[in-house]
Amino acid sequence: MSSVKDKLRAFSDSSLFLPVVALAVLLAFNAIFVDGFLTISLTEDGRLYGRMIDILNRSCSLVILALGMTFVIATAGIDISVGAVVAISAAVVCTLLGGRGDGVAETPLALAMLAAVGVGILCGAWNGLLVAKFKIQAMVATLILMTAGRGIAQLMTEGQIITVYYKPFAYISGVIPGNILPTNIFIALAMVLLVAFLMKKTSIGLFIQSVGINPTAARYAGINVTMVIFLVYAFSGFCAGVSGLIESSLIRAADANNAGLNMEMDAILAVALGGTLLSGGKFYIGGSVIGAVTIQTLTTTMYALGVSSDQLPVVKAIAVIAICLIQSKKAQEMFAAWKERNRGGSKSLSQGSGSTGTKAVNEA
Amino acid sequence: MEQPVLLEMRHIDKVFPGVRALSNVDFTLRAGEIHSLMGENGAGKSTLVKVLTGVYQRDGGTISLLGKRISPKTPKEAQEAGISTVYQEVNLCKNLTVAENIFIGREPRKHGFIDWATINKRAAELLDSLGVHIDVTKTLDHYSVAVQQMIAIARAIDIEAKILILDEPTSSLDEQETQQLFRIIRMLQKQGLGIIFISHFLEQIYELCDHITVLRNGELVGAYEVEKLPRLELIAKMVGKDLNAVKHMDDFAEKSVPQEEVFLEADHIGEVGQLADVALKLHKGEVVGFAGLLGSGRTETAEILFGAHQPTKGQLKVKGKPVQFGSPMGAMRERIAFCPEDRKTAGIIGDLSVRENIILAMQAKDGMFHHIPYSKQVEIADKYIDLLKIKVSDRDQLIKNLSGGNQQKAIIARWLATKPELLILDEPTRGIDVGTKTEIQKMAIELAKKQGMAVVFISSEMDEMTRTCSKLMVMRDRRKVAELTGDEVNSENVMRAIAGGASS
Ligand SMILES: Nc1ncnc2c1ncn2[C@@H]1O[C@H](COP(=O)(O)OP(=O)(O)OP(=O)(O)O)[C@@H](O)[C@H]1O
Ligand SMILES: [Mg+2]
Repeated sequence: MSSVKDKLRAFSDSSLFLPVVALAVLLAFNAIFVDGFLTISLTEDGRLYGRMIDILNRSCSLVILALGMTFVIATAGIDISVGAVVAISAAVVCTLLGGRGDGVAETPLALAMLAAVGVGILCGAWNGLLVAKFKIQAMVATLILMTAGRGIAQLMTEGQIITVYYKPFAYISGVIPGNILPTNIFIALAMVLLVAFLMKKTSIGLFIQSVGINPTAARYAGINVTMVIFLVYAFSGFCAGVSGLIESSLIRAADANNAGLNMEMDAILAVALGGTLLSGGKFYIGGSVIGAVTIQTLTTTMYALGVSSDQLPVVKAIAVIAICLIQSKKAQEMFAAWKERNRGGSKSLSQGSGSTGTKAVNEA
Repeated sequence: MEQPVLLEMRHIDKVFPGVRALSNVDFTLRAGEIHSLMGENGAGKSTLVKVLTGVYQRDGGTISLLGKRISPKTPKEAQEAGISTVYQEVNLCKNLTVAENIFIGREPRKHGFIDWATINKRAAELLDSLGVHIDVTKTLDHYSVAVQQMIAIARAIDIEAKILILDEPTSSLDEQETQQLFRIIRMLQKQGLGIIFISHFLEQIYELCDHITVLRNGELVGAYEVEKLPRLELIAKMVGKDLNAVKHMDDFAEKSVPQEEVFLEADHIGEVGQLADVALKLHKGEVVGFAGLLGSGRTETAEILFGAHQPTKGQLKVKGKPVQFGSPMGAMRERIAFCPEDRKTAGIIGDLSVRENIILAMQAKDGMFHHIPYSKQVEIADKYIDLLKIKVSDRDQLIKNLSGGNQQKAIIARWLATKPELLILDEPTRGIDVGTKTEIQKMAIELAKKQGMAVVFISSEMDEMTRTCSKLMVMRDRRKVAELTGDEVNSENVMRAIAGGASS
């Protein structure tokens, strides 16, 4: 029994504690107030179907963005351009596929997807160049693409919303016939696994942390700081490129004005919720993933409760305040003190008056 | 006549996860006393001070100031009670002005607005009274570490201080600056302040202090009057051995004899604004010292040799082959290692573990795709923790929680692990206790002798340079002014060269 207790204690000390609890609370809330929230059923053509699947489906692009954002933030940077890059990527893929009413693609799907992701990487590389090479502050450097990005997307789509009728395009965020889950869930899973593999089998995580904690010392230890920072932004761009595919496939269209709108904020929020400090250094991939799912759940819940989309930011703002408070040092100290007191209390109970006795002797 | 007791600390306990930093320590400080805290690296000196100043909360014991019980919760509270501190690592803001640094957090106000005129005037007066005449409206980074140190002291004593604590204030000062600091300390002593002075320089302790309290492994060994405690006895008490065991600790190691082969040659290198002209040859198996005053170009030379700066003139050659490093990694590929002097900003990665800090350079050299497996990391870390006697409670504890001297050792370990052929040590013994200091000197000699490593040793302590190095390059005004070898290696020759006399 004590080992279960120990495990619980270890978990409550771990970085995943907060995001997992936040998600659990949200899910519990939904399970109680939303009818049939937990039901997952099988449709006739063999797909899984239900609200939870929906949430997962909608979370994918945010999960992917959060992966890239985690690394950027770990280097003490930030990338506020990802939302705009999502729009660019969406514009690229849809323009290439074309909006022909007869459902024929103008470019092979694979090629169009590659191009979109490639453009995402280019955007990230541009950010990386500005931040790593020219030492422009990350917020300012990525602000450039954030503001210009949607304009670029507009130019590509010639100011119109391109709707793609080519059927297989919908499969990216939908279910390929014969599969049971939407494809984007597999894409997100693959990305998470890729990152997990990189963390496990390479030292990139160690280098990113070193750069985030003390770039000067990292340089003196032989780490190519410029390269690490550049790669991190390029990867963030890659993630945004992939997200752009998923987002546009969800609505089968490229909407330069609305694709990925405010997603940079959600991604940053997901990373923060996951326990990574915005000041850089230690980062938590698992936390970010759960954070992203949490935020999507929050959004979905709010819609289910009838909160309108223009009120949604208020709710999120409250969530941000709560997260910042919980993560603040002061609050953590208070929490630790509280835990300590509880622990001390249970200890003195189990040991009886013995410990108090010795203390009295010591003081005498 | 005994002065009144200012401060009494009784039965102080402090526990960190995995280590008992202080147990049952007593400490008494009288007015007008300069009292030294002595002990090996990690003995608990800084912790005792931080308990007193409210940085840490004690786990047991009492503190009374002028007979009144106090329990400072924050440094601010301690300061208001009259306890001022200059910490081991200077904690000022480089991009604020001198005056701002002195008054930050307690700016005098006029009609609710910060009163800049008064701030600047009072800051100037304060520094004048300490004999430091500088422009207080310039930002801090205009001034040397020594001046920054004085500014920290000015900040500390301006607040109605009764007690002034100096934790290793002289570790980055030269002889002259140290004397200036001592003058200030004695002046404050006369005003009746109680002063706690921590340093690993025995000469300074014996010159300045009147009382010594010795700690070992977080426990009190005893409190002594300086006259009644000869040096050797003090060392014996610090390391916990008897007198005979420490007698030979200080013996010189036989110097290393250079081999024929030249490892690195610098052909009149220089960097605009940093270094004027240096030509030197580093042989294998040779310990070369860079001597000179602070700012004479020693560190700049070392940084060029390590590729952290690029020379704007001259040529570097490794084993006769011209090279251009471009970055530290370039130098590391030629098996050059560099242990920088400023461990806080250029050395440790504070939020990483001791293990990660030790393997970092090695990993950077291997490249990110040749990840060193965890078990191998553990093996390497343990090996050097053992070899350098780094005091840790756990190899996975954060390096920032090690004592200052032990952080320094971990950085040396980082570079030894890369198995270099040229090891550049910039102030490697700064903040290191007496015992370990001789061990590091001996280690430098051993590496040269046994492994044929070329070692560059930079230190402001003449004594350790002359006893360790087989060759000395003396620098002044950012250029090499003399080279001393063999019997010429002694402090008189160095002094003469620095002063501009004979240059060979
Ligand atoms: N914040 C902390 N968390 C955990 N352990 C700590 C912390 N601060 C200090 N310690 C441990 O407490 C012990 C005493 O450290 P302290 O810094 O007081 O040594 P010191 O005597 O000042 O040594 P040095 O001469 O190297 O500065 C060391 O073992 C150190 O690792
Ligand atoms: Mg210390």
